Amino acid sequence: MTSSPPAVEFERVSKTFPAASGAVRALDDVSFTVEQGEFFALLGPNGAGKTTLISVLAGLARPTSGTARVLGFDVTRDYREARSRLGVVPQELVFDPFFTVRETLELQARYYGVREAGPWIDELLTQLDLTHKARANMRALSGGMKRRVMVGQALVHKPPVIVLDEPTAGVDVELRQNLWAFMKRLNGEGHTIILTTHYLEEAESLCTRVAMLKAGRLVALDSTERLLRGVGGVSVEISAERLPEALAESATLQASGAFGFTLPDHAALEGVLAAFRSAGVSVRELRVGGADLEQAFLRLTARDAGTA
Amino acid sequence: MDMTRKPAIARGTILGPGFRALLGKEVLRFWKVALQTIVAPVVTTLLYLLIFSHVLDEHVRVYDGRVAYTAFLVPGLIMMSMLQNAFANSSSSLIQSKMMRNLIFILLPPITSLEIYLAYVLGAVLRGLAVGFGVWLVTLPFVPWHALVPDHPLWNVAFAVFGSSAMGTLGLIAGIWSEKFDHLAVFQNFFIMPLTFLSGVFYSIHSLPVFWQTVSHLNPFFYMIDGFRYGFFGAADVSPWLSLAILLLFNLVLSAVALRLLATGYKLRS
Repeated sequence: MTSSPPAVEFERVSKTFPAASGAVRALDDVSFTVEQGEFFALLGPNGAGKTTLISVLAGLARPTSGTARVLGFDVTRDYREARSRLGVVPQELVFDPFFTVRETLELQARYYGVREAGPWIDELLTQLDLTHKARANMRALSGGMKRRVMVGQALVHKPPVIVLDEPTAGVDVELRQNLWAFMKRLNGEGHTIILTTHYLEEAESLCTRVAMLKAGRLVALDSTERLLRGVGGVSVEISAERLPEALAESATLQASGAFGFTLPDHAALEGVLAAFRSAGVSVRELRVGGADLEQAFLRLTARDAGTA
Repeated sequence: MDMTRKPAIARGTILGPGFRALLGKEVLRFWKVALQTIVAPVVTTLLYLLIFSHVLDEHVRVYDGRVAYTAFLVPGLIMMSMLQNAFANSSSSLIQSKMMRNLIFILLPPITSLEIYLAYVLGAVLRGLAVGFGVWLVTLPFVPWHALVPDHPLWNVAFAVFGSSAMGTLGLIAGIWSEKFDHLAVFQNFFIMPLTFLSGVFYSIHSLPVFWQTVSHLNPFFYMIDGFRYGFFGAADVSPWLSLAILLLFNLVLSAVALRLLATGYKLRS
């Protein structure tokens, strides 16, 4: 009996780029698998190797060593089979200025040998809120619209494995929500989704498993839930007129204007509140939450730096 | 959505749907801006004809006076415009895709190196033929009708197709090699333009001193022009068979280089 292959496999993948200052190791012995039907996040700071790893998967970069497979097909040896099962939304905002939105999607469908793509393209245009721009030249679109066309191009052949490299950069909140709703639907229909994003809350709410890369190495691979549990801790936001001097080192200023604290447990909250009381600053609002992926991410990458 | 469906490309397919799609895109690309890619070169070539024929028609004898200079000039101009536009088509398409970074939409799908090569080169051939046909049409009023009806049309077709394919392939190589428009301009201005102008478009090489005749024989473009001209008049500076053999060899070498560059992903995949 043969079991179905993983959606994606990386087996000891390394990638070195030549550079004037010597070779740069963008990926260092990366191995992990993504099972079929997963909604998977690939996280890491800038330069961690996320895009290089996706490039290896998509055949845009050749691994220096190791192999990558899509649904069991080697991306180098069986590249036609692998690529026909993969849809990639590249990170960089790119388009062909010669064509309209509809022509762009039709052309991309034909590259993959999709016949009679019309109804699916109509649905993509609707889902991506581009129907009214179907006849517009790509040059005439805003950045967010171009990004949505790129999403459409990646989905036009209905690939079983979809990779989105920072797909929501420059896309407004409402459309971002629509896009994620659409991705959830595709995931529900059996598509495997791999996502890289800087918006960690997106990964946290959507993805069941997470891989974290740093400096080309895999530093964490676990379910989102276990990663968060492993980090532990309490996240606290306090709104107040000013920050007591005693807490200057431990607080971060949030976008909301509140002061954020990451505490080891709930008991530690008393120390923070005591500092506010002794400084004569009254607390206007207090919010307490569990650990988030950002904390996990920061802690894991910091730990890795410490042991390097 | 059916997740178990087989991909649209059967294993072992030599020319898959990606080839047809890419060829269609290449043709659509130049057709959408036909004023710039077809009409403009036709007009420019017509200006060459008007100026050169006006100045030189009474002064230059070719093929021992059997062919009027203007009639001699037209096939050379047709071929020159075909060669230059075939080169321009593949090279500009590729460099634009590289500079705009949208080449990724061709690199991501399951399209083989052979399919990419053939699509770009055939696109270039079709543009070359469209421009060549346009030049032939607009020059008809300036030359006696019988002079522009080919004596041996199969030779014309062979040299037009293989000449354009050689230049389309050279354009593909130049587009792959170039990292910016400047690089391509170097290729175009210091290689393509001098070699086409010095290939006997405007004169028979028998009118040159012996040294320059020898130099002309080293120029592959000379054989393309000379062979194409043979199709019109049944007369040429060298045997059309020799010209065809050299042109095919030129095609073979260039296509081997282009296919190798595509297969290794040189400057396309990291």
